[in-house]
Amino acid sequence: MNEPGLRDIWVYLSTSPLLGLTITLVAYGLAYRFYLRTDSNPLANPVVTSVAMLIGLLMLTGTSYSDYFEGGQFVHFLLGPATVALAVPLYQQFSRLRQLWLPVTISLFCGVVIAAGSSIGLARLLGGSPEIQMSLAPKSATAPVAMGISEKIGGLPSLTAVLVVATGITGAVLGTKLFEWIRVRDDAAKGIAMGVAAHGIGTARAFQVSSQMGAFSGLAMALSAFATALLVPWLVDLIEYLLPV
Amino acid sequence: MQFLNGITLLLVYQLVGEVTVRLAGVPIPGPVLGMVMLFITLWIRGQAPESVEQASSALLAHLSLLFVPAGVGMMAHFDRIADEWIPITFALLLSTVITMVVTALVMQLTTRWLVKPVAATEEQGHE
Repeated sequence: MNEPGLRDIWVYLSTSPLLGLTITLVAYGLAYRFYLRTDSNPLANPVVTSVAMLIGLLMLTGTSYSDYFEGGQFVHFLLGPATVALAVPLYQQFSRLRQLWLPVTISLFCGVVIAAGSSIGLARLLGGSPEIQMSLAPKSATAPVAMGISEKIGGLPSLTAVLVVATGITGAVLGTKLFEWIRVRDDAAKGIAMGVAAHGIGTARAFQVSSQMGAFSGLAMALSAFATALLVPWLVDLIEYLLPV
Repeated sequence: MQFLNGITLLLVYQLVGEVTVRLAGVPIPGPVLGMVMLFITLWIRGQAPESVEQASSALLAHLSLLFVPAGVGMMAHFDRIADEWIPITFALLLSTVITMVVTALVMQLTTRWLVKPVAATEEQGHE
């Protein structure tokens, strides 16, 4: 007698956005608590743990990604307004930016070109298909921007979204160690590098190091979103022209 | 109410951005144009209104959460990632490391060369 009741509930839950949205928030809440428990160890990055938990849960229950995304899309959607919201830290840091405008412009240009150029080049060198190369190209920009560019240059936007997240995690996990090794101690330089390479996930990590680094990372993420959108399609044409397959 | 006003404003800028990009055929994503327009507005006004500041810091405080559903999307691409895991993994890791190292070094060196006197006085002023 219990069986059909439970099944009805499951049918309802698996088709309603409620479940997907709730498990996303619960998983992130747990992952974040775990992260704080480890003294904010970058290896325990909350995005990694919550994505792993959610994939595990969906696979165990045999739920498809598209069913999950019915609910997940509400969180995903907020990436758009969050990109617009970057105008605020950008504006607040504007006086420092003005003073550092030349180094910031040069570093940003180098960072954006290297991020896209090296990922296309390396993927091509290692035998990646053109679709993979194009999906990787905008990986250092924040998700909605990267997905838009990926679509324009012939990548798979949904795969790009995954690669964007993986890139952000890589940057957040390795960033602070890398900066120690190359002896870069200036918060502005660390923040700019983090924001250019690892967008929002890197910026979240940067804010934990210092608010100064976080502000610069947010600034770099905002500017590189803009620069990536302008430069990458053009860079792809240039690479195609110089190194035809 | 403040928060609601702020989030509404952010959505309005995104909407105008998306529509403009489509109408004008500009090659940049809508949210980015929205960001640029909001930035210009704040600059002209000379201050960020409380409502926009609240909504913006609320969204940006939990920025990593917003990437979680996209990350879960990995499960929809398992086959493709398994097929091409070598170029994907190595290109992604190496390119991210190279980008971070080069950008940090370029920023550090250009700051030293180009703005050292200004930066030094500024820092002294703060301390």
